Amino acid sequence: MKSIIAILGIFLISATGFAQNKNAKASIEVDGVCGMCKERIEKASIQAKGVKMATWDVNTHQLNLIYNEGKTDLTKIQQSIADSGHDTQDIKAKDEVYESIDPCCKYRDQQVVDDHKDD
Amino acid sequence: MKNLLFVLFILPFCVFSQEKITGTITENINNKEVPLSGANVYWLNTQVGTVTNFDGNFELNYKPEYKKMVISFVGYKTDTISVDSPKKIRHSLKSTANLDEITITARQKASSRSFIQSQNVINVSSAELLKAACCNLAESFETNPSIDVNFADAISGTRQIKMLGLTSPYILITTENVPSIRGASQAYGLSFIPGTWVESIQITKGAGSVVNGYESIAGQINAELQKPMMDDKLFVNAYGSGNGRFELNTHLNTKLSERWSTGLYIHGNMRETEFDKNDDSFLDAPLMQQINVMNRWQYTDTENGYVGFFNVRYLNDEKQTGQTIFNPKEDRGTTNAWGSEIKTQRVDVSGNFGYVNPDVPWQTAGVQMAFSHHDQESYFGLNNYNIQHNSLYVKLLYNSIISDSRHKIKTGVSGTYDGYNELVYTENFNRVENSVGAFFEYNFDNLNDLSYSFGIRGDVHNTLGAFVTPRFHLRYTPWNKSAIRVSAGRGKRSANIFAENQSLFATSRSFNILNNGGNIYGLDPEIAWNYGISYMQGFNIFSRKADITLDFYRTDFVNQIVVDWENPQQINFYNLEGESFSNNFQAEFNYNPFEHFDMRLAYKYYDVETTYLSGKKQTPLTPNHRFFANASYETHQTAKGGNWKFDATYNYVGEQRFASNESYLNTIGLSEFSPSISTLNAQVTKVFSPNFEIYVGGENITNVKQQNPIVGSDNPFGTTFDTTYVYGPIFGSSYYAGLRYRIN
Repeated sequence: MKSIIAILGIFLISATGFAQNKNAKASIEVDGVCGMCKERIEKASIQAKGVKMATWDVNTHQLNLIYNEGKTDLTKIQQSIADSGHDTQDIKAKDEVYESIDPCCKYRDQQVVDDHKDD
Repeated sequence: MKNLLFVLFILPFCVFSQEKITGTITENINNKEVPLSGANVYWLNTQVGTVTNFDGNFELNYKPEYKKMVISFVGYKTDTISVDSPKKIRHSLKSTANLDEITITARQKASSRSFIQSQNVINVSSAELLKAACCNLAESFETNPSIDVNFADAISGTRQIKMLGLTSPYILITTENVPSIRGASQAYGLSFIPGTWVESIQITKGAGSVVNGYESIAGQINAELQKPMMDDKLFVNAYGSGNGRFELNTHLNTKLSERWSTGLYIHGNMRETEFDKNDDSFLDAPLMQQINVMNRWQYTDTENGYVGFFNVRYLNDEKQTGQTIFNPKEDRGTTNAWGSEIKTQRVDVSGNFGYVNPDVPWQTAGVQMAFSHHDQESYFGLNNYNIQHNSLYVKLLYNSIISDSRHKIKTGVSGTYDGYNELVYTENFNRVENSVGAFFEYNFDNLNDLSYSFGIRGDVHNTLGAFVTPRFHLRYTPWNKSAIRVSAGRGKRSANIFAENQSLFATSRSFNILNNGGNIYGLDPEIAWNYGISYMQGFNIFSRKADITLDFYRTDFVNQIVVDWENPQQINFYNLEGESFSNNFQAEFNYNPFEHFDMRLAYKYYDVETTYLSGKKQTPLTPNHRFFANASYETHQTAKGGNWKFDATYNYVGEQRFASNESYLNTIGLSEFSPSISTLNAQVTKVFSPNFEIYVGGENITNVKQQNPIVGSDNPFGTTFDTTYVYGPIFGSSYYAGLRYRIN
């Protein structure tokens, strides 16, 4: 019985220990133009440690995230996305990385953006 | 003065451009609007946006050219609202609660395979189901090359489906993921689900998931039924055929409140006209009548993440067949005339209830329960066969992720109870089966070129014993628009030898069970391994979409209850000793050569062999070669939503081996192999508006017929009487017409 109480106590302590939200929600702006961008942005987000779910909307450019605040923060996540070639609201992708993405994904090019208008 | 006017004119715009819009974003919790902090509010296609504060309030710059405001928050449905003046905004966001176990990707194509899923699943949408205008679940597979539809025998008019060359007992057939066509309903159950009740079908080739049980061997077929919330308010389908069959389907759906909807689905069919076109004194198609009523209740509370269904169904089905002069009241139990009646009553009560955690949308839990009572009373000439089957099924399911949404898990427990009570001629067979089991399935998807799932379940069963069922699926995409799939898995089941082989009663054969002291009719459980590999490639021909799929599946039986028809006077059931397998190769080609025209070609090769007492042989009535072609075309929609639709299906079935030896077959007018046959079905639909359409069609237009489907029809109580030597259509061509009327 004593051990059960002890175990319960440990559970409670560990539960209160998580003051940081394990399922923090955030929504950030990420630039992109098409379904391939969506795949790349979501993959880059989820591959960042601590991100549990990522959905990017091609029309609104909003990336909805659920992530563990104890393991990561928005800056780290945005860095990971920028490293994949997409500008986020706070971090711009390096030009050489941007150049390496597929020609149809060149969201900085107004011509490409216009081409996707009718999609 | 002019300048002043100009300034006065321009001033309001400047004032406007300075204007701010305020508002509050809330969510609905237990019918109360609660402020939602941290929600994104911004103008569509602009950089102008903000986030709601702790009280759900926001303030945002407003310009008249901003027309659409987007409100979004992770875990909630993104809303876009029109704003035409800077008034105060109040808006409630809905959480994206979604409990469907199987997500069906919305596509234009009527039936499709995914490039992404790890399992080899073919989705059949309602559009595809309309191509086969008639009438029940069995017939709705006639336009699908992965399922073969055959006649079960020469008298009952029932269709039998096969997958990978194996009969339907080896396919796990579920309705809304609850095993439904099994046990007593195995023989006729597909005709107990009206086609219009079916919203969509998912066909999984190969092992399939462990979530729905251990019984599937060749594959799984899941039928999703119409949902009261989504289905038309009123739907009427009337059908009449030159072969005497009439059907009427009515759906009534009502939304009772924000959360409750209910639907009443009524089906009736009948055939009262007697046909004996081949003059063998037997009816070519049975006289029948069916009443089938279902009531569904749907509960949806997306704010709090609760969804549920509750269903009740009652079925009464009566068939009469045999000689045209047979009168059931006077001739039953006599040798005046040969006749048969099959009367089935069935009650189904089922419910499922699910919860999606609104905070973490990947966390869902659900419970499913289903009870059925099945009562069949029948006789075939002098042979009586009755079966009662009570069945209870309970499943608890939990879905979540490990670390992130690339790693999904499904786990849960399930339990079954099946009580059987059979009368075979004069002998009683009673059996109770029950089991409890637990399952776990892990899915990985790297969001790119690889996904796989590994499932395992352990079950304790009173007649099958304690056993483990592993299943594995993998999908790899080596290059663009391709998918290579590999699957392997084990299945185990108890064979209901009489219910699954009811055609034996309409013969003069005697049955023998070569008992080895096993638990199920003195026999052992059936165990098989299934392995599959599939390659799919999409490409363009003259810039039009096309795809090709190559499938190879092998099923290896460790044990099988061999159904041995080789001795023409007997049917023998015994445990497999030696090899039994099914090899199936399928090549399928889909092409869209021009707008609104789709074609599908498929070639199928089967090598299904079993070791009988008389040696290893091809399973009877299983052709080595089949060819399938379907073409469909529809005209452009008019402004009113009307158009024409054309659909044609061609089937070639190669020669099939008859059971028993050549010298005997010659004495009854058959040779060792049946001739090959080709059939053609076609249908034309005229859609007048989204509310009304009529269709006409022809079945077996080229009028292909098996000349003498009933062996020994001149002496049905003699020793050679047999209705199971059926390889092709009995009826010849028939034409039908019908209408569909709906109010949304």
